[in-house]
Amino acid sequence: MEIPMIAYLVVSTIMFFAGVYGFITRKNMLAMLISLELMLNAADINFVVFNRYLYPEAFEGFFFTLFAIGIAAAETALAIAIIINIFRHIRNVEVRNLDKMKY
Amino acid sequence: MDYSQFLVMRGEISLLVVFLLIFLIDTFGGQKSLKGLSVAACVLFGLHTIWNIIPAESASAFGGMYQISPIASLVKTVLNIGTLIVLLQSISWVDTPDVKLRRGEFYELLLVTLFGMYLMVSSGHFLLFFIGLETASLPMAALIAINKKDTESYEAGAKYLFTAVFSSALFLLGLSFLYGVSGTLYFDDIAVNIATNHTPLLIATIAFVLAGMGFKLSLVPFHLWTADVYQGAPTQVTSYLSVISKGSAAFALMLILYKVFSLDPVVWQGIMWALIVLTITLGNLFAIRQKNLKRFLAFSSISQAGYIMLGIIAGSAQGMTALVYYVLVYIFSNLAAFGVISSIEHHSGKVGMDDYNGLYKTNPKLSVVMMLAMFSLAGIPPFAGFFSKFFIFASAIHSGFYILVLIALLNTIISLYYYLLVVKAMFINNENEGCAIASFRSDNGSRVSLIVCVAGILLLGIASCVYGYFTDLSLLGI
Repeated sequence: MEIPMIAYLVVSTIMFFAGVYGFITRKNMLAMLISLELMLNAADINFVVFNRYLYPEAFEGFFFTLFAIGIAAAETALAIAIIINIFRHIRNVEVRNLDKMKY
Repeated sequence: MDYSQFLVMRGEISLLVVFLLIFLIDTFGGQKSLKGLSVAACVLFGLHTIWNIIPAESASAFGGMYQISPIASLVKTVLNIGTLIVLLQSISWVDTPDVKLRRGEFYELLLVTLFGMYLMVSSGHFLLFFIGLETASLPMAALIAINKKDTESYEAGAKYLFTAVFSSALFLLGLSFLYGVSGTLYFDDIAVNIATNHTPLLIATIAFVLAGMGFKLSLVPFHLWTADVYQGAPTQVTSYLSVISKGSAAFALMLILYKVFSLDPVVWQGIMWALIVLTITLGNLFAIRQKNLKRFLAFSSISQAGYIMLGIIAGSAQGMTALVYYVLVYIFSNLAAFGVISSIEHHSGKVGMDDYNGLYKTNPKLSVVMMLAMFSLAGIPPFAGFFSKFFIFASAIHSGFYILVLIALLNTIISLYYYLLVVKAMFINNENEGCAIASFRSDNGSRVSLIVCVAGILLLGIASCVYGYFTDLSLLGI
């Protein structure tokens, strides 16, 4: 039995908005980073599903996904580098300690 | 494969050559050659600017993935001029002890972000556009956090990185819906495919794409990172971020809206209308209460971004001309202000507005440059800022946005108040007891850059051939 396309889209939408929720509510920078990854990967699932179900004659969506995964990895590496630098100075990674500049 | 296609990418390739040369000097040069790195970077980048000063013909390469037009080539030249001024201003900064060890990285990251902006400006496919967007924003986070030991610098870096990734995730989701609606990611094909296919998903796409680009441009509901990042980043990086990054993102947004969503402008014009009113008004109102000059210029740049958007909403060749002209004038005015701030910060470490009290008595030349910059940003007639505002209002009026232009005009008056606060502090207020900024002589790089900026502010408005030249290029099509 073929799984309908809408099932995949429901999964990716839940993933995306779980990521948005986590990004807004989490206080730990690593948890925020994981939420961001959820959001990026949800968009990647969308690309793959649309390509497979709607436009199977070309591989544009698959290629986009490959590049997007590479870019997401670069983002994570950079974020981890900055988080490690913050940890060296204030010995934790809680966002509430990054409050030197405010309105 | 036809390798001669690479010749179309003349600007990108010469920028890559500059990058590689600086990388080689940085890696293999000894201590002696590192001292000359800042001058070498300026000279090499100047040559690159001159090499690309003649706009390229319209052409496309790699099956339409890369597209260049005369106006896109002109935007690259404008970005080059701004980057050259930033490089001149940073000559003395890269020799300070904090940055000395990492000066190679400063130049490399700066050029890589510029390369990303080039790709954004001349892409014809969303894959290249997305790669360009990320290449422009990820190294920028590293640049902002380049002062490893400074609390504000890494705090700003973290804030910038998280908001940038969040916004690119929104952008990516919008792109995936666009792919689902149209089945392709080439700009031209999308425009054809969605012409007969108006679905709610398309409107959701436009909203997501505008939100993603709005973060880069710091339009108002998405502007919360701007003030913190501008304050925390090193001043040279802030000036680069405020003019070059913003100018390229504005042109890239216009490219998408004109090329991809050109057939139903009513949808995005409604969203843009609200964004512009919010951006200009809130940016102005928050700028009034700022005491730190870098934060102050952050809010000023938010409201300037609103004015730049007026050229996009016009949706015409006139709007395109006005936008590029506005960005050029904004580069000169804002970089003059940041040049003064950075040389004063370099010599005395002060960035508060109260510290500038009585600056005219100790440093008259810098005060006059700052005054010219503020007048130009506010749009007072003989200076270039007036003409750029005039042209951008004219283009919006021409497309029938009367109420929007009226709101923008009223906001210009509010902005005059806070720009003049700086001038008042320098010329009228009495100097602070015992802690006035001492008289000093700024370094040669800053002097040259400030002279260039002042010349731009004074001459650009009067030399009408500049605007005529821009018009000729933008009439050739995007």
